[in-house]
Amino acid sequence: MSLKNNKIKNPVTQPGSALNNKTGDWRTEKPIIDPNLCIGCSRCVKMCPDACMLMKLDKEGKLKAEVDYDYCKGCGLCASECPVKAILMEKE
Amino acid sequence: MSTNKKKFNSFLSPGHNACAGCGQLSAAQSVMRALTDDTILISSTGCLEVTTTAYPQSSWQLPWIHSLFENAAPVASGIKAALKKKKKKTKVVIQAGDGATYDIGIGLISGMWERNEEIVYICYDTEAYSNTGIQASGSTPWGANTVTTPAGEKSFGSNQQKKDMLKIALAHGLNYVAQSTTAFPDDITNKVKKALATPGPSYIQILSPCVPGWKIKTNQAGEGARLAVQTALYPLLEYTNGELSNSSINKNFKALPVSDYLSIQGRFKHLSEAEIKQIQALADKNLKLFKL
Ligand SMILES: Cc1ncc(C[n+]2csc(CCOP(=O)(O)OP(=O)(O)O)c2C)c(N)n1
Ligand code: SF4
Ligand code: SF4
Repeated sequence: MSLKNNKIKNPVTQPGSALNNKTGDWRTEKPIIDPNLCIGCSRCVKMCPDACMLMKLDKEGKLKAEVDYDYCKGCGLCASECPVKAILMEKE
Repeated sequence: MSTNKKKFNSFLSPGHNACAGCGQLSAAQSVMRALTDDTILISSTGCLEVTTTAYPQSSWQLPWIHSLFENAAPVASGIKAALKKKKKKTKVVIQAGDGATYDIGIGLISGMWERNEEIVYICYDTEAYSNTGIQASGSTPWGANTVTTPAGEKSFGSNQQKKDMLKIALAHGLNYVAQSTTAFPDDITNKVKKALATPGPSYIQILSPCVPGWKIKTNQAGEGARLAVQTALYPLLEYTNGELSNSSINKNFKALPVSDYLSIQGRFKHLSEAEIKQIQALADKNLKLFKL
């Protein structure tokens, strides 16, 4: 069966195309990271279901957590998992 | 799409539609960290599949296929056969929910294990059919309130015991069988790496707190999955060549009372003290069974 003849659209979609779906607008609370408290352990990165918590190098070359608010749903899992309480949830 | 992978450092990109704070998607991110781009993923029907592939979008940045609810195992077998014919060493990894694994897919999984194919099977154990609104599965624990085992005046929730899927896997002679939970991301990643390195089939089961299913807050998937281990209800386990080779229950382990785990979840909030005692007995049994 040829897809062309049946006028069925190609069901194969682009890898990672869900990036067009900016889930940040689901958020009612926002994680705010205090870089002075963050020890760069990556616990929040490893727990985030949405892969939108990232580790970045700061000016001194230290790893610090950073949120991509385009996708962050504001679940607060990162804040409750942070071992040094460097993440606070704030109302949007 | 390697640019996306670089930016987000995951084969499972943001923009999926899983509930905020989903313990299954959190665990799936830990699984992704163990994989290389020479991997083919097979999903059964369920939350991980539905929320990551809202057509025409996909969160997957690896070759990925979904067929029928029950069908992940035979589809994986077919892919494995084709790879064998092409002499390719590409890894084949199945991701499925507990309903797909414990219930509807079990005969087909058994066949795949009989054929001794080198396929890694990962079960995200939310302890219910999450995607269709929390019906009880063979994995639902005794006493849990689900829409098909509703707690009320005449019922305390599920009156069936959770099926022992690890034992079923072990009975098939699998060389690698392991259990973990969402709260231990590095443990998950390490176990998936070990499974990938083991010849023949392997099975990994990950307790994955479901926000609406467990009736917890969106920030509690970590806490729930951690308490499951700390109370010995769901210990971290590893069996190599059929023998228990690693367990979170060791000489230094001090278990917390199961009420610590049960009380944070709405699905257990109706339980009486006598019923909680029965669940404590299950944890006490685990303490003896899995001590290393
Ligand atoms: C043959 C068949 N029966 C029923 C369904 C409806 N259905 C879709 S997802 C789902 C629940 C999946 O539960 P589980 O495997 O535990 O995965 P979870 O959603 O919990 O991750 C059901 C019953 C279906 N798609 N196909
Ligand atoms: S609030 Fe939730 S979605 Fe947002 S960065 Fe933290 S863990 Fe990720
Ligand atoms: S219903 Fe449960 S398993 Fe499904 S996306 Fe929501 S939290 Fe995750």
